[in-house]
Amino acid sequence: MENYFLILISTVFVNNIVLVRILGLCPFMGVSKKLEASIGMAAATAFVLTLGSGASFLIDKYLLGTDLIYLRTLSFIVVIAAIVQFTEMFLHKVFPLLYQMLGIYLPLITTNCAVLGIPLLIVQERHNLVEALLIGLGGALGFSMVLIIFAGMRERLESADMPQVFRGSAIAMITAGLMSIAFMGFSGLAK
Amino acid sequence: MLTALLVMIGLALFLGLVLGFSAIKFKVEDNPLVQKIDAILPQTQCGQCGFPGCKPYATAIAKGEADINQCPPGGEEGIRKLAELLGVEAKPLNAEHGVPKPKSVAVIDENLCIGCTLCIQACPVDAILGAAKHMHTIIAQECTGCELCLPPCPVDCIRMEPIQEDIANWKWKSPVYSMKRT
Repeated sequence: MENYFLILISTVFVNNIVLVRILGLCPFMGVSKKLEASIGMAAATAFVLTLGSGASFLIDKYLLGTDLIYLRTLSFIVVIAAIVQFTEMFLHKVFPLLYQMLGIYLPLITTNCAVLGIPLLIVQERHNLVEALLIGLGGALGFSMVLIIFAGMRERLESADMPQVFRGSAIAMITAGLMSIAFMGFSGLAK
Repeated sequence: MLTALLVMIGLALFLGLVLGFSAIKFKVEDNPLVQKIDAILPQTQCGQCGFPGCKPYATAIAKGEADINQCPPGGEEGIRKLAELLGVEAKPLNAEHGVPKPKSVAVIDENLCIGCTLCIQACPVDAILGAAKHMHTIIAQECTGCELCLPPCPVDCIRMEPIQEDIANWKWKSPVYSMKRT
């Protein structure tokens, strides 16, 4: 039990997927200009990342085994793409409101490297299914938290008084770097 | 090698089956009325009706938020069909949204074009071919004659040319009845 709790803390804070592992930077920089859009993206990613981690773990354990390790990347991409498609259809039918809120961000996740990176890390570190799902969920929570915090900061930066040369992407990069340094402070808290 | 191939083929087949099945199972029915209205509209995507395209206008008509006489490219003919479908009386075209013009295509004067791509961004049906600092041209079969590319052009090198009726695109005119007022 304590172990699971530690995994969650570790993936959300200590090994945060964006700021410490530096994965999934494309949506982090691209979809963080507006708070609303970033919440949509965060929710969609959380959904797919958790499901994708579980499914890729099962594929790796029961289909690929030890002989076909070289098929990992290929088969994970196929599985994640299929999950995104399925999620889109399912949401469209069952939760039309949520579907409209997520909008374009849902299909965009197929090409998100965090979504492929976490399953690959999970199978490398030899976890079991529950741990895999928890790492997926933790990674998704960490991603959502950082994306939403960053979007909030960028909205404020828009109206901040600063030199012309720093405006726009430049200050966003610096902010992201500072956030990353801040998150390094968690290292050592858990493995 | 063979196992790897079989595994990938099996995986693809399985996922394909699941997706195909769920596409049928989770099919979302669009409002059939919207589709029928959309089929009558001319699909120029010109936006003269005040909506961003033909489908949004069709949706608005189906909801009762828009009137049926806002589509100049459809003309009297389109209004008559819409009135028939919806069971309301046909009315003259609302002049606020423009007047019907002969069907035409846009033509770019390629000597003047500076390759700014502004018209490409404006085209709702991707009928303009070109790249930055290269000459653009219009794919005549794709052009719906919506005139949305005219205003953004900084050098006014786009003009509209009416389509001449010839043996290839001639078709029977619909019969015209004079309506009797009672």
